[in-house]
Amino acid sequence: MGEFVIKLPDVGEGVAEAEIVEWEVAIGDVVQEDSVLAAVMTDKVTVEIPSPVGGRIIWLGAEPGDVMSVGSPIIKLEIDGEGNVAESSNIKSEKEVPTQTPPPSKFVVEPPKAKVFIEKPVASPARQATVGPVRAEGAKPIASPAVRKRALDAGVDLRQVSGTGPAGRITHEDLDVYFDGSAVKVRLGGGLVANTSVSDVKIVGLRRKIAEKMSISKSRIPHITIVEEIDMTSLEELRGTLNKSKSEDQSKLTLLPFLMRALVKAVGEQPNLNAIFDDEAGVVHQYGGVHIGMAAQTPNGLVVPVIKHAEALDVWGCAAEVTRLAAAAKAGTATREELSGSTITITSLGPLGAIATTPVINHPEVAILGVNKMAIRPMWDGTDFVPRKMMNISSSFDHRVIDGWDAAVFVQRIKSLLETPAMIFMEG
Amino acid sequence: MKEIKTKLLVIGAGPGGYICAIRAGQLGIDTVIIEAGKPGGTCLNVGCIPSKALIHAAEEFDKVAHLSGKNVLGISTSKPTIDLSKTMEWKDGIVGRLNSGVAGLLKKHGVKTVEGWAKFRDGKTVEVDTPTGPQIIRAEHVVIATGSAPIELPFLPFGGKVISSTQALALQEVPEKLVVVGGGYIGLELGMAYAKLGSDVTVVEAAKSILPQYDKDLIRPIMKRLDALGIKVLTNVKAKGLSTKGNSLLVENGGNSDQKIPAEKILVTVGRKPVTQGWGLEEIDLRMDGPFIHINDKCQTSMRGTYAIGDVTGEPMLAHRAMAQGEMVAEIIAGEKRTWDKVCIPAVCFTDPEIVTAGLSPKEAKDMGHDIKTDSFPFQANGRAMSAEREEGFVRIVARADNHLVLGIQAVGVGVSELSAGFALALEMGARLEDIAATIHAHPTQSEALQEAALKTLGHALHI
Repeated sequence: MGEFVIKLPDVGEGVAEAEIVEWEVAIGDVVQEDSVLAAVMTDKVTVEIPSPVGGRIIWLGAEPGDVMSVGSPIIKLEIDGEGNVAESSNIKSEKEVPTQTPPPSKFVVEPPKAKVFIEKPVASPARQATVGPVRAEGAKPIASPAVRKRALDAGVDLRQVSGTGPAGRITHEDLDVYFDGSAVKVRLGGGLVANTSVSDVKIVGLRRKIAEKMSISKSRIPHITIVEEIDMTSLEELRGTLNKSKSEDQSKLTLLPFLMRALVKAVGEQPNLNAIFDDEAGVVHQYGGVHIGMAAQTPNGLVVPVIKHAEALDVWGCAAEVTRLAAAAKAGTATREELSGSTITITSLGPLGAIATTPVINHPEVAILGVNKMAIRPMWDGTDFVPRKMMNISSSFDHRVIDGWDAAVFVQRIKSLLETPAMIFMEG
Repeated sequence: MKEIKTKLLVIGAGPGGYICAIRAGQLGIDTVIIEAGKPGGTCLNVGCIPSKALIHAAEEFDKVAHLSGKNVLGISTSKPTIDLSKTMEWKDGIVGRLNSGVAGLLKKHGVKTVEGWAKFRDGKTVEVDTPTGPQIIRAEHVVIATGSAPIELPFLPFGGKVISSTQALALQEVPEKLVVVGGGYIGLELGMAYAKLGSDVTVVEAAKSILPQYDKDLIRPIMKRLDALGIKVLTNVKAKGLSTKGNSLLVENGGNSDQKIPAEKILVTVGRKPVTQGWGLEEIDLRMDGPFIHINDKCQTSMRGTYAIGDVTGEPMLAHRAMAQGEMVAEIIAGEKRTWDKVCIPAVCFTDPEIVTAGLSPKEAKDMGHDIKTDSFPFQANGRAMSAEREEGFVRIVARADNHLVLGIQAVGVGVSELSAGFALALEMGARLEDIAATIHAHPTQSEALQEAALKTLGHALHI
């Protein structure tokens, strides 16, 4: 029998650490070669780690949510035949352990329920007399061994429980009240009850990545946001016509491919917007290719699949890419490459798009185009109010490298492109 | 040789170790226990059980001796004699029965017993020198329950005349002159027993009082009884070693010249020390608390998955503390949430009369900042004690002045060891004086003194 140590493999180019999202195995499990051991996450890609050998799990080196460096041991297996660990080093690693104390067992202790006064209409005087004094701070709670055991089993710290027994003793009934405080209150008052519960949700995996990215974006980038309204009537007519005449193998056109093409056109004239700002090096990398991030909501949270080289795709090509990547992102099968490398981003909440938003730039890009919802509004055409399909766009820019003037020029350019869609397709 | 792999390895089958193993077995944990001697540890083999057997024999002998003289009961009988070797045979029989009892219980609960001396190779691996050769055992969890051993004085090494409690429980003849060095509970229990059997006993204590852990009120009846038994108690006296002829103990008594106390046997009972050597503690480098292994409130040592219980973890060195720890640790290993939350560890001193303590003494309670109420009820006013011809002693209660929560109960008197259960129960349940006072205590029993003590502390004792 030998011990086989599995180290966190290199899961992607330039990735130094990854987060253990969940263990697919537990200590004691017998696994076959290629069985999935764990899911780890880097950036926004979740990678499954298969077992290189068959054996029995004897050690797991991290808790879900822990971020581990590539190359650190994460699993130990007991295998038939020789392991990959020399006996002496095994003993040594055991010896390093002593100073570590085991982590305290985790459980969430609910904050104490507000003390409930039970007014019993026929309470005997003796019963009332037993309501004990409130314990002094730091005084040890008094409870019988059975009550103590019940509290321990339930993970309740008796210091949080008020005792109504003789000398402030905590009785089984006190524990019942503590456990079921709200139920008791409802029965008594019958009205609305304050919900004093707090549930702790650990921020792990994708959610943690999003949190980190958002913090970086908002804390490092001074945003300037411009909102403009656009008359989409012509573009909507064009889109309707194209969709009617499209062939079977073509994806249905949404607004997004048109926006992408307009964006390509606009940044062709303002290349400083299609860029990545390396603020530590003090360099703005302007890209010739337009790689458009497309913020998408998935069941787990926000991801940004990237349509590469939008400048080389026509409106149908963009539509096909959008459809494919959106499906992959929702299914969680998008690759690391498909989820990185954008140079500018479009964010759209569709019908939930509101009338204006303040989009957060996808760091380290310098611009983001936010799309708000479209609605038919009465517009004054000089002589009359006419119904027009109106839509706002809300765009944010990194004000360190983009001046307000440039930003306004860009927004106006997008506006004119979308209002006169033929211009999107004009060469030169 | 095949390695043994197990979930739990218990080192030492004393009261802590065997209880831990039995409980683990009940909980379905794969368990191995290692013991070099016979199962039962100090308690069963050379402590609690055999000493109580000897004390019982001495009491019976003393009763007959008492009745052979002038007595109020009108009984006449001839002077008793004793064949101590026969007494010891009987005692060994009891110990043997209990040994096999423990072995049977371990087996019944599926615990594998390995005979031999264990030595750590690393934190989770132990090598045992078994009668059939060395055996390696690997475990996920290890419980160290190696116990304690009598302390030897460098100037009075054990051997020949100088004996420890272990040899004192195996003497084949009653020594004519017995000197006890160390006036703690072990020395006094054995000294009193031998005095009753006819030895001329002298107790030498370096401190200013015998039984230093008890207050004066509790010791007073013992002092009286020691005197009645003809035991000489020398306090503030230091033993120095054997005389040159080797037939007496030299003691320093503050004067210029050393005093010689003739002795056939010298029983050294100056305390017990944890067994922390010879089993590879140095290999695992645990955090210590003085001479003891440091543990937290779950009996966890500084090494993950390694626990320590019983005497090796410190005072009070009592079998029932070790048992409670062992039970708790087994449950923790089984995944249950347990923590050491006992209110009291009762302690009994089996002198004549006996002393029981549970919880805080008046002084300890005051030192902890409690405002207290305390009073005691004497057995002189207890009918049962009177009718048993033994009226010395009392039951004393310590309670908080504000809410009357009982903080401690102590008693001294003949047979009061059996009252200890009620004392501990009252403390664990969080009883108030009123609870004890309002509980009917059967008449006529000594236990009525507990109820009366509660009443007296409340200011309305009925029988005094």
